[in-house]
This record gives sequence, structure tokens and C-alpha cells, in this order.
Amino acid sequence: MSVELDVFVGNTTIMDEEVYQLWLDGYTVTDAVKVRMEGGVLDECEANADVVLSDTMDQYRTFHMCERLLHSPAKLANQLLYQITPHRQTILIERYYAFDDGFVREVLGKKLSKGTKKDLDDISAKTGVTLKSCRRQFDNFKRVFKVVEELKGPLVENIRHHFLLSDKLAKDYAAIVFFANNRFETGKRKLQYLTFQDFAFCAGQLINNWTVGAVAGPDSFVDNMVEDMDVDLDKEFLQELKELKILITDKDLLDQHKSLVCTALRGKTKTFNEMEANFKNLSRGLVNIAAKLTNTKDVRDFFIDLVEKFIEPCRSDRWTAADMKLYLTHYTNSVHILDTFKHQIVWDRYMGVIKSCIFKMYHD
Amino acid sequence: MPGKLKAKIVAGRHLPVMDRASDLTDAFVEVKFGNTTFKTDVYPKSLNPQWNSEWFKFEVDDEDLQDEPLQITVLDHDTYSANDAIGKVYIDIDPLLCTEAASVISGWFPIYDTIHGIRGEINVLVKVELFNDLNRFRQSSCGVKFFCTTSIPRGYRAATVHGFVEELVVNEDPEYQWIDRIRTPRASNEARQRLISLMSGELQRKIGLKVLEMGGNAVVGYLQCFDLEGESGLVVRAIGTACSLEKLSSGSILNTHTHPNTAPASNACNSPSKDGKEPVFGEDLPSSSGPPTPFRALPTSSSSPPPPFSPSKPCSRQSSSSDTDLSLTPKTGMGSGGSAGKEAGPLKTLLRQQTQTALEQRQEFPFFTLTSFPSAFLLHVGGVVNARSVKLLDRIHNPALGNTRSYKLLDWNSVTADEPETRDAWWEEIRQEIKSHAKALGCHAVVGYSESTSICEEVCILSASGTAAILNHRYMREGCLDIGSTDHRFEEPSPPTCGFCHIPYDELNMPFPAQLTYCYHCRRQKVPDVLFTTIDLPAEAAVTGKGCHIQARLCRLKKKAQGEVNATAISNLLPFMEYELHTQLMNKLKLRSMNALFGLRIQISVGENMLLGLASATGVYLTALPAPGGIQIAGKTPGDPSNEQHILTIQKRINDAIAKNKELYQINPPKLFALDPEVFCGTNMELTEEGVGSPIPEPRQRSRLFRSHSESSDELSELDLSHGKKDAFVLEIDDTDAVEDIHSLLTDANPPIGFYSCNTETMPGIYNWTSGIQMFTSVRILRLSNTNLTNQGLNKIFTDLCENLLKSFYFKLRSMVPCCLCHLNFTVAVPEEELIQVAVTAVAMTFDKDQTQEKLAEKLIPKGGSDTDEQLQFPLELCADSSNSQPSSKISGVPESTNISSRAASVDYGSFADRCSTWLELLRLKAHTIRRGSVKTSRRTQSLAHSVSSLEHSSPLPEGRSRSLRSSRSFGGSSVTVVKMTPLSFLPGTRIIKYLGIINMFFIRETTSLREEGGVSGFLHSFIAEVFAMVRAHVAALGGNAVVSYSMQDCVLMENPNKNQAQCLINVSGDAVICVRESDQDSLASTTTIGHSCSSTTDVTT
Repeated sequence: MSVELDVFVGNTTIMDEEVYQLWLDGYTVTDAVKVRMEGGVLDECEANADVVLSDTMDQYRTFHMCERLLHSPAKLANQLLYQITPHRQTILIERYYAFDDGFVREVLGKKLSKGTKKDLDDISAKTGVTLKSCRRQFDNFKRVFKVVEELKGPLVENIRHHFLLSDKLAKDYAAIVFFANNRFETGKRKLQYLTFQDFAFCAGQLINNWTVGAVAGPDSFVDNMVEDMDVDLDKEFLQELKELKILITDKDLLDQHKSLVCTALRGKTKTFNEMEANFKNLSRGLVNIAAKLTNTKDVRDFFIDLVEKFIEPCRSDRWTAADMKLYLTHYTNSVHILDTFKHQIVWDRYMGVIKSCIFKMYHD
Repeated sequence: MPGKLKAKIVAGRHLPVMDRASDLTDAFVEVKFGNTTFKTDVYPKSLNPQWNSEWFKFEVDDEDLQDEPLQITVLDHDTYSANDAIGKVYIDIDPLLCTEAASVISGWFPIYDTIHGIRGEINVLVKVELFNDLNRFRQSSCGVKFFCTTSIPRGYRAATVHGFVEELVVNEDPEYQWIDRIRTPRASNEARQRLISLMSGELQRKIGLKVLEMGGNAVVGYLQCFDLEGESGLVVRAIGTACSLEKLSSGSILNTHTHPNTAPASNACNSPSKDGKEPVFGEDLPSSSGPPTPFRALPTSSSSPPPPFSPSKPCSRQSSSSDTDLSLTPKTGMGSGGSAGKEAGPLKTLLRQQTQTALEQRQEFPFFTLTSFPSAFLLHVGGVVNARSVKLLDRIHNPALGNTRSYKLLDWNSVTADEPETRDAWWEEIRQEIKSHAKALGCHAVVGYSESTSICEEVCILSASGTAAILNHRYMREGCLDIGSTDHRFEEPSPPTCGFCHIPYDELNMPFPAQLTYCYHCRRQKVPDVLFTTIDLPAEAAVTGKGCHIQARLCRLKKKAQGEVNATAISNLLPFMEYELHTQLMNKLKLRSMNALFGLRIQISVGENMLLGLASATGVYLTALPAPGGIQIAGKTPGDPSNEQHILTIQKRINDAIAKNKELYQINPPKLFALDPEVFCGTNMELTEEGVGSPIPEPRQRSRLFRSHSESSDELSELDLSHGKKDAFVLEIDDTDAVEDIHSLLTDANPPIGFYSCNTETMPGIYNWTSGIQMFTSVRILRLSNTNLTNQGLNKIFTDLCENLLKSFYFKLRSMVPCCLCHLNFTVAVPEEELIQVAVTAVAMTFDKDQTQEKLAEKLIPKGGSDTDEQLQFPLELCADSSNSQPSSKISGVPESTNISSRAASVDYGSFADRCSTWLELLRLKAHTIRRGSVKTSRRTQSLAHSVSSLEHSSPLPEGRSRSLRSSRSFGGSSVTVVKMTPLSFLPGTRIIKYLGIINMFFIRETTSLREEGGVSGFLHSFIAEVFAMVRAHVAALGGNAVVSYSMQDCVLMENPNKNQAQCLINVSGDAVICVRESDQDSLASTTTIGHSCSSTTDVTT
């Protein structure tokens, strides 16, 4: 005796959020049943194992059938097949596009290609996220990437509009797309301490300040239509960054800059001596990063450079976060006083981002 | 040239990719009606084409308009090869033919393909311009409204109920045509869908014609079924009840929410133009004297065949065997010994044409497919009547084929007429049998009537069942009240709360052995000890506690056989199955301490090697009926001590279960009559003042006491008090079968806390519905791998299957608690050898636990409020009983006591209540009479309508408001119209403002990639979802937002996993409606009609 067929279809599609999460997490039906039973679901409604199994299978089938629609969430709202309340729809989409920070950290900055997809089982083993879930998340990244790749206009807006995601999630996806597009290196050992949220924040900074869209601003209609405006860095700006080199190549400027900073810092921090001693090194590091950004290869190494050239030296000198803030603020502002330096705007645009990125990245 | 159909194709969306190279589609649309086809332009390279076509105009007969669907085909244009079909949409334009229904069809329809399912959507606009047709001999019946709802639709009033209409159309099944071997499955499926669509259109038109002939304007309780008889053809048949409906003015529409309380027809009856003067029932009216003797003379074993049912059993046995004979020797005519009224031989029915007057037909079958009635319509209920017959299918010959239009589309139709027997004649026999059963029960009508079939290979079981009843003639036609009075038993109108329970048959000539008692409610007339019916619980019935879903399940193995042998074997098994199902029902009813079944539906499904029987009903405790005795276990060998012990434990378990169930369903019936004759006598009240008497021991009991009051009658002295303590139902454990029975009796689980279930429209005891509803369909198929199963083993499997299904529902819907599963409709089938299929459609509705009390009062209103004459009723007794369980039912609120008295028909009773100024006075009166014992009272001192519970309910309105406020949470916001679906005739918290027409759809889905679609479960899951989607889309396009009285008539699944194939057919129907949320004001006015009647009744207070 065996159950040959067992279906339950509601006029309003019934979806259990707990089961949905298990499905998203890639549990098999058997495992999901186990988890649910351990979770005490049997106490509800005098259920037994068969009932839970049947319910879980039904739900899995429903989710499986809805998955097609979730791939283009806009369709979910005007499809006729499943009657799902708008509130439920939002939950379904948001959860479907949610991802594990552990997993995303692994693929961040990697090319979203078949090659990467083949490595997913390694990532799965490493992160403890089931392979099924890894695949879903990877496919989500890829799908969002593909869609926004061909779209004009602001990145975050496009993602939010096309995938009906919350603001937060749309920004995270923008970061993922941005990293994948520019192929930033995030996998090196030295970068391991950084979380996805650190990178997402930095990506937000870069998108808002260093891309073509950032210059154009939301009001300029013509520039709004530029392709990839939020994905690619502003080439002109990168060229202009080379001009900053004068801050380290011109001896006078360098000394002037150093004395201005040191005057301002004196007595305000315990690590003043180290700051003074390292000033030239640190300044060279930051300016060199700026000057090299015209090379795609060096763009990829942007974060590793920041860590190696700036964060690590400071950390070894035991700067506190407050020290860092103080130093960078004065380091940035003092340049305004240098009369001979003509690239104040570029400097501010560069340092604004560097400052907030370093603040975010400066932790254990 | 009476009609112009116009269609416009606007746009498409979400189309599938048809051109792999470009990942796009070059779509165009063909619009076809009858033999005319139009095409749109090709909209190249788009998945969201915007055709925005011109208006395609079809000039057609209205006859065609009724029969034909508008057929829209979406295709992908291909320059070099044949165009590929993407899918089709069939639009039934019938709703546009009624002026009162929809005026335009406009919206997105899923594009459906029988192989791929839904593939995108198409936006279509359809309009119809109808010209007046004055032709008297027209073949169309435009304008007749159809309703699936089995009660008078809300917002309407039945001026006249004309009676039974039926029709059937037969054709060859395209699937079994020779051409099917050379065409694609898609073409075959589409031919079938189209044919069935045509046939049901034709069927509806023909039924409409009959209704027009009878002078009616609507069909209520329309039930259409398909019989897929395989090689022998395809039958589409329908039954319904013809009515003359009048739309209620918007003012009075408010009253219709709770139940169709239509006014008495006598003054408002609009006599149908042509034949309104003809008696509806004509000579069929029973003189109540002698039902044909065979029924009474039938040997019913005295031990246990339970009363209300027994006539059908012996009869069905008798006639089913004779029917088998008949079907084996078709030309010999009627050899039926037992059934009466066979003078109408097959030839007559065979030749039945539309020329046969509707009158004749009505006389033939006083049947009503309605299950609930306007108040005062249903006078008495006799019991369930049912009939079955086993037939051997033969090639269908339809004599009418030559002159119907259906053959036009079947060019392959070349069936030769060689056999005069038709399905018409078969049903005629069954109906005759039902009619004679009803007569035997002293009834002139059958209500809650339905017909069904079960087919396996060439054997077909035809079943019909209904409830024998006596109806009020006022609704039938004008001025025939005198007919009723020819029978002395019906002289006095009975209170509607219990009247329907009073036996319609002559107690001296009882058609079956039954224990009669005087009605526990009015004490005037006799009632049986149990009552089985196929109808819904009348709204005004007095019920104690809550109801519950009761199911009897049975499997019987049968040897595989062919032809006659098989048919004989089946018809020999049938009576035993019916008997066992009945015994099971009876036991389960008693176990729940209830005494009546409503909505009883018994299905018997035939398979190659087994028969499945499933009887479902909703059990209730009718206050008017005596309390059921317990169940007593008796052993066969009393001497054996171990056995004795065993019996004792079982007995204890049963007693415990009964006690538990009483508590669960809040059944606290008044035991006073049985226990204490003195107390009983107290019910004869007299208007005398005396001090408070002692026999009322405590408040709780006092409240009970008040439930029984009655106008006195001399007959009271005859009351048989022993009935209250009558012997318990005895179950003998004499073999393993009996032990199994008892075990299965006890293993039936009650629903978990927070859940109730019933298979009727509403749940007795729950009235405070909130707006949460969830309609669902669930299908489960079990494969029996074990080949040598016993009957017991099978029973166990089948029972578990049903029980587990219920458990699954409770679990799935647990977030809706507290909620009630209503209209639980189980359908069983044996699709193949070793397979058992159970399909269930039901609706879960939430209710508010806290407001039980308030709503109880609300529910009462229809009873009191509807009647305009002046008879006192006891509407609140129900409350008194059910509130016993509530802690709040103390009697402290004495001074504001509310006497709900209402007025009803014809007898001039003085009002008692208004003379009793306070509740205390009443109490004293009662006490007094109790002490004095039975005293004869005058005619004038009448019933006292009073209830303790009304005290608590005296101000229900504020709560009512808060409820409706809460329920007004809106669902909306989505770009797709939300369409609610329910198998019930109403949606809680809303008011139906318009009926848009009937939805009747038939779909076939087939796959050749079963595994890829997720196996059979995945296949069926998506198909059912697709069917829902298409129903919703059609309703939305008609401008509606809900489907009521939704049902899935058929779900036939055939699978062949080895070939990776499956095919499924689904037929659904329902009424498309527009409903609006009751606005605050409305809900106050109608909460549900409470405002009005409460104020009118509180006048009586103090």
C-alpha cells in the first residue's frame, strides 16, 4: 500500500513560512520533515509524521512551481495561476533573493560564470550552506547581474524595480553586481577578516562617488541614460587621480602637508610619534593607489592595496579607530591649505570614499 | 437574426517563447464562433503582443449563442511551416444573454493548452447585442437564469417554485472515434473539450426551454454531470429546480444575508403567464392514507435496520436486481416487481420530446434539487429515500440525435439506432422508484434531490437520493391551501423550529418500524427517534450544541467478472453495503450523542475488484427529537469471564467517548422529561399566580427548564415517557467483524481543538463567521500493493485514508483556528484496479470565538423576523441550551429579560409573553405549574417565547460593529482581481449584490512528460491550480469577485507512469457573483437582520 498521489491546492495559495525557509535552505523533504518535527510541529493540531510529510511535500511542490515566477518577480504580481496576497508575494520574493553572508563573501568579486558555478560544491562544503541553496543564491546573483547589465539608469533603482526587492536588499545586490563587474579581489587571506557588509558599504561609497552616474547626479536626464553608469568607474576621474601624485613627488608639498597634519595632531593622540614617523609612507601608499587606478588590474587590487598599504601599518602601530578618524580627517583637510595644489575637487572625491572605506574596514 | 456577438482582441502577455532562435514569438489570434473565423494581424517578435484588433462581429441565432462557446486560438506565425498553436480560450457567452447578469466580458484569460497547461494570457473584450425575438416556437431560452446554488439565491424571492427539470444529451466520445488513432492527443482533447462545451450549452438551452414552458424564469440548484462511458459514449445530464424568481428591492435585500427569508407567496405570487393555474403537484398529492403496501410489507428484520432509512434498502435491493434483469433483456420492458408507477414505459420516455407538456413532467417527479428553503416552505420531512440500479452500458442510441444540432459538428457521427433503450429511460425508472419511496413515507415531494453515476468498464451504477418531504403549497401556486387541510394531521401549523421533524406518515401505518415520541419541542406531534436527510439544516431549526461531520466508510471485495455476471454480483452486494453504511452512520451518530443527520450523501463507487461506499453527513442534536440512547455492547458468550471483562472495557470506552463527545459538541439536552415525569408535566403551563416552586433546584437547571414550553393539548397524556429511557442501541460482539466495527467506531478522531467540520452549508452552533476563508481541493490516491486483502483490511485502509486526509486539512489550516471546514465534499473513485482515489473540496472559514453569544442571537432573527403573522415561537431555546455550557449563563440579568416573540401563520394565539412583565414572574409561573403537574390549558394560553440567553444577547449591536470593522481589512492592492471561491452559497461578512451567471467549465490536461512535471502529484497539482486560475479569470472578466456554490463534479485521472504519461479531466461549476463587504451601516442594519427584529422583539419586554 502506498500513496500514489497526494495534492492539496487552495484557492489562495497556502505557504508556510517555516517550510519556505527550509526549502530555500536546500533541505530535502526528509530533512525538512525531521527539522519540523524536532521543532515541535507535531504538538500542533494532533499531527503525525505522515501529515507533516504530506504537508511538506505539498509545500515543496508549490514552491517549486512558483520558482519560475520568482525568477522574474514582476510577473508574480500579475500572473493568474496562483492567488497570493501582495503581502505574501513580498515575503516570497524577499526571502528568495535573500542570501547567506558566508556564501556571498566567497563569490564576491568573482566572475559569475559557469566556472565559478562548478566550484560551488567546494564553497558549499566550506560555508556549510547546502549546495542547492548555493546554486539558488548564485543563480540569483547571475540573474540580477544579467538583467541590470543591459539596463540604463541607476543601479539600485533598477534592481529594486525589476526584482521588487527592499531597499536594503537592492543595495546589497548592487554591491554584488558592482564587485562582480569590476572583479575586485576579496578572497586573499589578508582580506578574510572583512565581512560582506564591509564590502557592501564600500561598494555603496564607490557607486555613489566614483562612477559616471555619481557625477551626473539623479537630475541630469541625459546622463541618466548612460549604460552601466553605476557599474563602471568614471574613467575621466581615474585619469585625474594621476594628478594627485604631485602630493608625494613634490618634496615641498609632501613636507608642507606633513607639518600641517602633525601640527594639528600634536597632543591629541597617544600614537602621535608613530603617525609622524609613518606619515610619508602612508601618504605615498594612498596616493599611489589613486594614481594606479587607471589599470584594471590595480582596480581589482584596490581593497588589498588599502589593507596592505594603509590599514596594516596602522594596525601594527596600534592606532585606535578614533586615531584613524582623527588622522584621516586632518590628512584630507590639510591639503586644502596647500596653495600650490590645484586638484582639490579630485582630492575630495577620492579621499571622501577612501576615508569612509577605511573607517569601515578598520577593525579586527 | 436575433443576436450580434462582438469580440475584440486587445493584447497578450507572458507568452511562451515559440522561436528558439530569437527567443521570441510572432503571435496572432483566431477568433471563431460557429463556423465563422476571424484573424488578427501577426504581432511580430514579442512575448507581450498588442494586437488591439478591430471588433470582430458574428451575426448568429440566439440558439447558437446559447450552445456555442467563443473560441479564441493563439498561434505562432511561421513563414515556412505550419503555424504552431500556443493555446486556446473558450469563453461561454451565456452570462451575456441575461439582462440581469453581466453586460460585457473583459479581462485577461489564461491561454490554455491541453498538453502544456497555461501559456500566457490574453486580453479580450466580448459583447452581445440581442434583438427581441417574438417567435413562439423558438428553440432558444435566452434569459432564463441558472444558479448552482441549492437555495433561493440571495437578493431574490421565489414567487413560485415550479419543480423538477431534467435533461440529458448523449454523443459519441471523440476519444473513442476511429479518427483518434491518427490525430494528435492535442486535437483529440480539444475535440472533446469543444464537444462537451457544446453539449452543455445545448443542455442548458433545453432545460431553459422547459423552464419557460413551465412559466418560470430561473433554474436553481442546477447540477450538471458527465458520464464518460468510454466506448459507449458520452452523456451530459443535468437536473435542477425551475422557479419564478423576483429580484428583491435594494431595501429588502439586506434581509437576505442570513437566509432567504422570502415572504409568503400567497399575496405576491405572480402567476406565470401560461400555465400558472395548473396544479404543480396535481394528483400526486398523497391522501396520506395508504402508501403502496409493498413497503410496509417488506420484511425488515426487527433487530436493527434503523428507521428512517429502511424503506430504501429492501426496495433498492429489489429493484436493482430487477433493473439488472431489465438491462440484460432490454426489450422485454418492465419486469420490476417492487417499484410502483412503471406505466411510463421506456417507449414513452424514449419519445419524450419537447412537445410533452411541462405539466406532465412535473406531475411525474415532484423533486426539488434545493437543499434549503424559504421559511415555512418545508413542512415535514419523512427521511432519506434513495435508489440505485446497476446497468450494463451499451452503445448509446439517442433518438433525438436526428433533430438536435449536436450532430452537425460530429461529421463522424453515424451511429445506427438499434436499441430503443436510452439513458432517459434508466433515469426515469430510478426517479419512479424514488417517488414511490417518498409516497411510502407519506410524502408528496422529494427535496435535496441529486443523481449520480459510477462507471467501471461496461457496468454503471445509477444512484438517486433525496429526502421525502411535505411542502407548503402556498409556494407552489395560488390558492391551494385547502389541499393541505384534507389531512387532519396538518391542520395546525407547526412551529418552524420543530415542525419539519414531525412525521409526515401515518403512525398507525408506519412504513418502517420506528419509535415515535411526541415532539420534545412543541409536544403536539410525533417525531421519530432519529432523522436522516439530504438537505441542509433548516435555518429555523432548534438545535442543541454544535454539529459535526460524520462519515461511514466501507470497502467490499468483489470477484472480477464480465457483463451480466458482474452486474448481478454488484447488485447483490449493494444492499449489504447500504445496510452496513447505515449501521455505521447510526453507531457514529449515537457515539456523538446526536439524533439527526443532514446533508447525507451516500456514494457507491465500483471498481474492477471492489466496491467502495462512502456516506458523509453532518450530525446534529435536534432539540425536538428524543435524546439518543447509548450504545450497549453485548457478548455472545456471556459465561466467559475473560470475554465479559473485555466487553466491560469496551463498554467503558464507548461510554467515555460518548461523554467526551457530549462535552465537545456542547450537547446538554434537557433530560428532564426522561428523568422526572413531574418536571415534564411542568411544561404544560398555566397562567396562574403562585409562589416560587421548589422543584427548580439550581439556576443552571432552570435555564434548561425553560426550553420546553408548549401549548397544551389533550394528547399529552398519551406521551410515552419510556422513550426517554428507551433501550440503548445494542452492538453484539459475536465475531471478529463486530470487533472491527467497534474499533473503527472508536478510532474515528474528533477534530483538534479549534476546528469543527461539517458537510452542510453552515455549521449548526456556529454563527459568528469572520471573513477569513480558504477554499481548497485535495486529491489522494492510494495504491494497494497487497493483493490478497480482506474486507477488513481494505476497510481499515480506506478509513485511514479518509481520516488522514482530514488530519492533513486540520494541520494545513491550523493558522486559521478557530475555524470550521464547511461543505466537506468527499468523492471516492476506483480509477484502476488496486487504486483508491478520494477527492475533497471544502472551504475553511474562520469564526470568532468570543462572540459566540452575540451571534447566537443574531442567528435567531431569521426565525422570528421573517414571519409576519402572529404565532409565538420558541426561537431562543437553542440559545438556552447551548449557553448552558457558557459560564455566563447565570440568570442575574433578570429584569431586562427579553422575550423574543414573533408572529406567524394563521392561528390566532394570544400573546402570553406580554402579560408576563418580568422574567421572575415567568419563573414563578413555571415553578407553579411544575408543582401542580399537568394541567390542561386553554387554547389561548400559548407558547412562551423566552430564553435565558437572550439576556446576554440583549445588546449585540456594538459587538457586531467591532466585528465588521475588523473584517473590513482589505485584501487588495494587487493588479489581479482577487476572486474568492467557496462551495457555499454565501461569503461570510459580505453581501452578494449581483449574480453574473453560471460558470461551468470542462478541461482536459494531458502530459507525455510526467516525470518532468513532478510525477502524478506535480501534474495534478498544477492542473488543479490552472483550473482555479481559469475559473477566477472568467469570473473577473465578467466583473465578478467571487464564485459561490463552487463544486468540482468530476476529477478523472488516468496515468501510465511507465509510458511517462497521464491524462486528467476536471469539470467545475459555480455561480459568478459580485459581492461587497458589508459596510458598517449595512452590517448594523442586517447584522444580519438583527437590528430590525431585535427592536421589534424587545418591545415585548417588560
